Amino acid sequence: MPDTPDYSWPAPEKRRVIGKRQSRLDGAEKASGRAKYSYDLNRPGMLYGVILTCPHARARLTTLDTSAAEKSKGVASIELMAKPGEEIQYAGYEVVALAAETEDQARDAIRKIKAEYEVLPHFVNEADLKGAGTNAKPSGEQTAGDPDQAFKDADVTSEGTYGVPIINHSCLEAHGQVIQWKGDSLDYWPSTQGVSVLGGDLAKMLSIPATSVHTHMDYVGGGFGSKFSPDRWGPACANLSKKAGGRPVKLFLDRATELIIAGNRPSYFAKIKLGAKKDGTLTVWQSDSWGTGGFGGVTMPPLPYVYRNVPNRRLTHTSVSTNGAQQKAWRAPNNPQASYLTCCAMDDLAAKLNMDPVEFFTKNANYTNTPEVYSGQLAKAAELAEWKKTWHPRGQSGSGAVKRGMGLGVCTWFGLGHASTCRTTIHPDGSVAVELGSQDLGTGTRTVIAMVAAETLGLPVRAITVNIGDNKYPESGPSGGSTTVGGVSASTRKSTMNALVKLYEVAAPALGTTPDQLEAVDGKIQVKGTPAKSLTWAAACRKLGTKTITEMGVNNQRGPGGLIGGGVGGVQMADVSVDTETGIVRMNRMVAVQDCGMVINPKTAESQVFGACIMSICAALTEEKIYDSQTGRVLNPDMEFYKLAGIGDIGDIVVYLNTEPEFDKRGVIGLGEPPTVGGLAAIGNAVANAIGVRVPMIPMTSNRVLAALEGRNA
Amino acid sequence: MQAFEYASPETVREVVGLLGKSWADAAVLAGGTDLVSLMKDNIETPRRVVNLKGVKEMDGITKTAAGLRIGALVTLDELAKSPEVRAAYPSLATAARGVASPQIRNMGTLGGDLCQRPRCWYFRLGYGLLAKDEKGQSLVPGGDNRYHAIFGNTGPAYFVSASSFGPPLVALGAKVKLVSPKGSRELPVEKFFVIPSGDGARETAVGPNEVLTEILVPAAGHNATYEIRQKTALDWPLATASVALRMKGSTVASASIVLGHVAPAPWRAAAAEKAIVGQSLTPEVADAVGKAAGEGATPLSGNAYKVQLVRIAVKRALLEAARGRA
Repeated sequence: MPDTPDYSWPAPEKRRVIGKRQSRLDGAEKASGRAKYSYDLNRPGMLYGVILTCPHARARLTTLDTSAAEKSKGVASIELMAKPGEEIQYAGYEVVALAAETEDQARDAIRKIKAEYEVLPHFVNEADLKGAGTNAKPSGEQTAGDPDQAFKDADVTSEGTYGVPIINHSCLEAHGQVIQWKGDSLDYWPSTQGVSVLGGDLAKMLSIPATSVHTHMDYVGGGFGSKFSPDRWGPACANLSKKAGGRPVKLFLDRATELIIAGNRPSYFAKIKLGAKKDGTLTVWQSDSWGTGGFGGVTMPPLPYVYRNVPNRRLTHTSVSTNGAQQKAWRAPNNPQASYLTCCAMDDLAAKLNMDPVEFFTKNANYTNTPEVYSGQLAKAAELAEWKKTWHPRGQSGSGAVKRGMGLGVCTWFGLGHASTCRTTIHPDGSVAVELGSQDLGTGTRTVIAMVAAETLGLPVRAITVNIGDNKYPESGPSGGSTTVGGVSASTRKSTMNALVKLYEVAAPALGTTPDQLEAVDGKIQVKGTPAKSLTWAAACRKLGTKTITEMGVNNQRGPGGLIGGGVGGVQMADVSVDTETGIVRMNRMVAVQDCGMVINPKTAESQVFGACIMSICAALTEEKIYDSQTGRVLNPDMEFYKLAGIGDIGDIVVYLNTEPEFDKRGVIGLGEPPTVGGLAAIGNAVANAIGVRVPMIPMTSNRVLAALEGRNA
Repeated sequence: MQAFEYASPETVREVVGLLGKSWADAAVLAGGTDLVSLMKDNIETPRRVVNLKGVKEMDGITKTAAGLRIGALVTLDELAKSPEVRAAYPSLATAARGVASPQIRNMGTLGGDLCQRPRCWYFRLGYGLLAKDEKGQSLVPGGDNRYHAIFGNTGPAYFVSASSFGPPLVALGAKVKLVSPKGSRELPVEKFFVIPSGDGARETAVGPNEVLTEILVPAAGHNATYEIRQKTALDWPLATASVALRMKGSTVASASIVLGHVAPAPWRAAAAEKAIVGQSLTPEVADAVGKAAGEGATPLSGNAYKVQLVRIAVKRALLEAARGRA
């Protein structure tokens, strides 16, 4: 028997659990409210923390007087988060945190703090680059080939300006935590995407050893890239608890503050000019992009997106710093924006060429890194979207007020797996626990871990106890970059396989064979292919006597050994109806064709794509963080004017996962991010197809659609 | 939220006895869908909150000789489902169905819809009803006014009335009953809504010591409401139109055409009302009347699109009314 067991995934026909639709293990807990999110925790003797924020977009804090608040009823501790003299760069910046016996007392007390400011000039409206002045800084230039000559040689050129505003993550569970000191160490219940690492980050901020922080989190109500850090409220909460003699403190952002400071997805705008030959071959790309993530600006987006290898390119980028909260990673950072800019510009060029965009995007697929993947996906998506039936050349959309249109967008993502270690324990009574310091962002990670373990051990999914959400479990990476399913499936596969090999060693003598002749199937340890010569799982485990088997498994990021892969493609198509009298856009259908390697759980995988499509529908049609130029404040820090799509706004969503053999053999690849990317352009292009003119900026509200129809700016 | 005294009276007489001389003295609580958020944001800081839910005489829908009497406490869900309302007042039923979400409609009341405060984001951020900066200048004309008024905005007020029922009730010629310690008064809904002319003024005629107890709706002919909103649900309308028609054979004898969410009060489209008299309700006529409804608009920097929405809302409301039963 080789030293290393064969960890590779079973062949498709041999899979009993992997690839089957499995409802999430914690579904009933979540749906019934029994699942306790960190926000739901109420520790004995707990205090409630609130934060005073700066109302000015840019200001110097001149005086800070907390004396009245200190005397206010119920106040236990106060923590200053800004110092007099400090220059504050955005409205919503945290100035003071305070903890009191009840939330109402805390809110009453915080209003008694006297903070005075010298108000300074601010800048928040980066869409108008001309008005940005010194806030705009050139930050990148790229040239390839000979773009000037290519434009001279082009048969057709197309030029347009396109844009995507700042949006938020809008996590259902706001950012925050409960913290309780016990002597020199503390218990930390955050809402985070990184259970294993967050405690160490908090410890560093507090100048205490990493071993002093015990992090727990059973569930998280949404992160989308915004919950990788303890943020400024983490240490503030810890200090409030410490100053209150170690009493637990719950400090979560209220909805308004959540929407103002918990993370901006950068805005991106670009003036783009393209050139092509008559036959539809794209020959040259030129873009002048700008945008902001808030204070600190933003780097160049990945342009041209997916169609990276256009031979002649010239790109410039201007980073604009505004007096807005800083950016945070947002589900496929910068990819949705880059996809929108690229695919809209390409769609406009296709319209000028009088070409069907499916044909145009397919014809130029050799500029992508995986032409065969995109060509196949464009064809599949067109079939599912009934593209040929509904698409029509621009401007030929019938005589009624409501016009229908079709559009497409593309995506890519890297994937692979994060660092992950899993510990599997098999007990003499047959019970099995797998433990990882991972987290389930709502993607179904808990369920997928159990499925991999069940597949390996030949057990039912419910027989596996999955322990995650604690930094005392073996380290598993933060959930970012769609790397979680790759990391945890590889480490779980290896760990459970290692444990199984140990069980084979115990069971083999009783079956009169050697360990390498055994397999685990249907709740039995049996001689390979011979069910008659078997022990039940329980009987095999009883042979452990009083011992347990504990084995580790590590995802080898440098050599994942075929278990996981990366580098995916995807195509989204949108079918919309536009009321040209009101400018209201309604979704009929969105089709997402997505490559994601071997699918462990089709049900939660599809669910990921549904959620991703819905987020792209929100961004394309309704969602926008609105800064007021005069006050510099966010005008819509609420769920009534920060508009997210409701069930009636979504239409049908059709998901097609590429599970064909050539995709399956690549191993597990995460798909949290890629399906969020292409929908913006798909909808934007569908609207252009429907109404015959481009609506350059999203969200495509009544105002903007009517403006485009009337040929005015909005 | 500022601490407050809570009272739960059972009669209108008790209610008015608990109200005060100023808005800071007391606020009335019905569904609470607006008041509670105003209090949490410290926009309203009443010393006393008077719960109306126990006042039975303010509840119920009753057919009267003149039409319908609707208690101020009737919920939006009850209105949407009421056979009397659905049969004779489709303009009210449509307005009821359009409000927010089932949860809000279960709690929110007709009286509350009429008395709710505007949603102007400057007001809700604490800049006051007239949205003034520290120099006393309105923030609206130079700010983001995409949801603000395009009519009735030449004075100091730029917000739009948030009421869904104001426009259909004005169109139907309904009245409200207001009760104070001094007695009661009936007021046409059209006079109930007021465009404030200066600081301290409010957007309705109800005084701090008054409570709106019932709504009296006369018998109606053809009527309809058409609402345009960005989302299909749980969203404020961008513009609405309510129409109530009196027909003479196949032509319109008289019409009330009232716009919503485009002015600080429900806004009567007088030119449109005039244009339709004596006409048959064809699509061409509806289109022309819709265009007339947009006349005289004074859009701000970012809301000219609402003029087009008004035209279409009126056109579609008229065609809807023409299809509906009298």
